[in-house]
Amino acid sequence: MNLSLSGGIIVAIGGIAPAISIGVIGLKAVEATGRNPEASGKIMINMLMAMAFAEAIAIYSLIATIF
Amino acid sequence: MINIDKLFKIGNFYITNTISSTIIVDIIIIIFIIIINIKKNIIPNKIQVFMECVILYFEEIFKRIAVHCNTEITNFICSWSLAFFIFIAVANLTGQVPGFHFIKISVLNNNTITTIPLFRISTSDINLTLALAFISIFLSHFFCIKCKGIKTYCTKFITLKAFPIFLFVGVIEFISEIVKIISLSFRLFGNILAGELVIKKIYNLFAFCVPVPFIIFEIIVSLVQAYVFAVLTMVFMNIMLNELY
Repeated sequence: MNLSLSGGIIVAIGGIAPAISIGVIGLKAVEATGRNPEASGKIMINMLMAMAFAEAIAIYSLIATIF
Repeated sequence: MINIDKLFKIGNFYITNTISSTIIVDIIIIIFIIIINIKKNIIPNKIQVFMECVILYFEEIFKRIAVHCNTEITNFICSWSLAFFIFIAVANLTGQVPGFHFIKISVLNNNTITTIPLFRISTSDINLTLALAFISIFLSHFFCIKCKGIKTYCTKFITLKAFPIFLFVGVIEFISEIVKIISLSFRLFGNILAGELVIKKIYNLFAFCVPVPFIIFEIIVSLVQAYVFAVLTMVFMNIMLNELY
């Protein structure tokens, strides 16, 4: 596995938006759980799913790096 | 990293180590199905309760997504998405079994003997995820044709109603079908491959205790990815059924 500058740049730029979006999703999920603790199970599942979608963008850049 | 190790060759077809682990996954699922069907009873035992919980959970999700659907459509879509869920979940979770990667085998490759792992997580192979995505998308198209007829299916892509606008929408619709396949396959593939690489690096750095949180995280990721794939299959099929001009 050889290191390359371009791969680092791709992941660094491609990781900005997913990082922010995962932060926002987590923030909102915690807020919602605080307001309505009984619904924490449903919120947890929806949060994980939204996080998976946000994470996918970073994963695309990772695949672009590896290929 | 992305290149799959080849075990041996039948004709022009390479048997890779992801294929061998796919066979293991298939055997596990088939044994599970046989056990459940033998012990099927009105008073359910533990395994049956577990599987009924999973099935009912998926039906509940589908009823939340699609409000008015008859039971035939519900059964069709739920069974397909559940099949995707079970296969992908078991395939991902086999990778987290301790020692899964460390069973090695010697093979003769270009007159040199090399040792390669016998098993590898089957969803970290792009071919398998691409095949699953193709099945999922083509199934949704087939289902649309079966339920609504081929004429209404074609008007989804080519229509002369309100002349230039909906023709352009049809082109966008067509492109989105291709993008669906790519995103669906790359999401699963990338997540599992990234997890595999991280776990390998961590195992190289630390032997004890430190890898545990990463393994737990990987288990969560693998279940969530299987869930996402299944739910997206449901949603795509539902979109193909409903949004017709």
